[in-house]
Amino acid sequence: MSDARITRLLGRLALSVFTVLGAVTAAFFALRLVPVDPAFVIAGAGHDAVAITSEVLDAIRAEYHLNEPLVVQYLFYLARLLRGDLGISYVQEQPVLDLIAEQAAPTLALAGLASLFAVALSAGIAVLTAGHRAASGLAGVVELVLASTPVFWIGFLLMLVLSVQWRVFPLLDAGDLRTLILPALTIALPTAAPLAQVLRRALEDVLEQPFIMTARSRGLSLTAVKLRHALRHAVIPYLTMLGFSFGALLGGAAITETLFGRPGLGRLLVNAVTRQDMPLVLGLVIVATLAFVIVNMLIDFAYILIDHRLKAVLPQP
Amino acid sequence: MTTMSSTAPPLPIGAEPPARRRRRWPVAADAAAAASLAVLLFFLVAALHPSLLAPGDPLAANRAAILSPPSAGHIFGTDQIGRDVYTRVIHGARPSLALGFGAVAIALTLGTALGLLAGLTRRIVSTVVMRLTDIGAAFPELLLAIFIVALFGSGVFNAAVAIGIAGIPYYTRVVRAQTLQVRGAPYVEAARGLGLGPAQVVLRHIVPNALRPVMVIATIGLGGATLAGAALSFLGLGAPPPAPEWGSMLTNARSFLTLGWWAAVFPGAAITLFVMSTTILGHWLQRRIEGRA
Repeated sequence: MSDARITRLLGRLALSVFTVLGAVTAAFFALRLVPVDPAFVIAGAGHDAVAITSEVLDAIRAEYHLNEPLVVQYLFYLARLLRGDLGISYVQEQPVLDLIAEQAAPTLALAGLASLFAVALSAGIAVLTAGHRAASGLAGVVELVLASTPVFWIGFLLMLVLSVQWRVFPLLDAGDLRTLILPALTIALPTAAPLAQVLRRALEDVLEQPFIMTARSRGLSLTAVKLRHALRHAVIPYLTMLGFSFGALLGGAAITETLFGRPGLGRLLVNAVTRQDMPLVLGLVIVATLAFVIVNMLIDFAYILIDHRLKAVLPQP
Repeated sequence: MTTMSSTAPPLPIGAEPPARRRRRWPVAADAAAAASLAVLLFFLVAALHPSLLAPGDPLAANRAAILSPPSAGHIFGTDQIGRDVYTRVIHGARPSLALGFGAVAIALTLGTALGLLAGLTRRIVSTVVMRLTDIGAAFPELLLAIFIVALFGSGVFNAAVAIGIAGIPYYTRVVRAQTLQVRGAPYVEAARGLGLGPAQVVLRHIVPNALRPVMVIATIGLGGATLAGAALSFLGLGAPPPAPEWGSMLTNARSFLTLGWWAAVFPGAAITLFVMSTTILGHWLQRRIEGRA
């Protein structure tokens, strides 16, 4: 690997570290922006979720060093984050990190299967329809409808047709793989739509390049050309979109888990917000943002490694 | 994609690739845009004067007609306490659209201002604005909106603010990129050459042209913001029940899904129809303004 590419990888890594630090800092100061004593906010004073005694407030002030100057508070906060300490949920009276670790598995399973569905659907549809006028137009209409449909409504319709009408899938969560399919499909359908759009447009752009005609003239079929030559070139905008949609996946988990009554990080977040459990909300947002930044960084790493022509067009870190 | 075409070697004359894909069915595209405009106008009327389209009371319960399926009397059926779903869908346009329009207004105003600032200023200010934008964009949008709602509390107004703030980075990036492009355009040089002062050049030439893509992305963004608003309401963080908001109507319908599909299907259809219309209209505007297929 050339030195230039190592520099670029390091630059991208530095940018990610900077972004995460910035996001964490923004979250810290956002808490201080609210015109209420942060101890009240952290304890969840908004909805009287907990009976706030002066001992609780004192404990919070001590734990978050709220009696210290703001800069000191901030440094303590960073030091705690570096140790992986996200604070304690005052509603559930447990460390935030433990709560997140407990609920991570169902969400990871859901997100994993949903991504798999989304990639399979979008890549399959884009490769099949690219370059065929009528098919590509029809797929475009379907994608427009799906991209405009709220995740939760897709979930409702899938439940109505597949669970209530045809009884293919159970309506209630039984904890097995079969109950995972509908929620995963619910997230995958609206996620797949823009992915398929991007991939097909990129494929159609590549199909107009002269080297495709050369490949066709060697007797390769259109499908073979798409799979062997065009896909490699079209994959870059597709990967960008995939990284972007990972963020939507995290929000989608909150909606889908609420809709299907599944446990997971999304449900945890929604409950934390309604109970005004700020440490838990903050912890979840930080963990999700970290995941989002890392995924997008890995995708940029992949560009640098796959396609060295990108050296010229990659955004300067 | 631009990254692709810019790396392709220049072709000798006569060997250009076939002309860019022609616009598919231009008439159909215009018809779809007209239909979308009609749908948008319909929802605007519903939001401004709901009683014109649905004279009934969206909150009135009717014990005699609980969970009745769609019929001549209740074309969209009734919910679990006998409220007319059609009336609620029509009256739901106001809070749902308020969420979308409010969020777009906030994102548009602040995002455009920051984008112009970053595009017009020298290195330091510009770098600071863009790094802050990167940080804002590092949060997944819906999560950022949920976080802001957690800080300031739920409700239509706060939800609109939250979605609006989450949308700022996108506008900032687009407007900055456009400003930089316009700044270097020959006609700006020409205006300077003609002796216009810096303020005049900025106000009369750079700003109006830098704002050209804003209308397109705001139209497309309106759908996305409305979708996010409905999502927050669905999660119980936007419009509070029993207000007839499309997202919270779906939350309500969830509890009796097996008994009355209509209470879930019609509000969701309203959201989809509205979002689809903004998307179609936005892309149509884009083609008209940028003159490309």
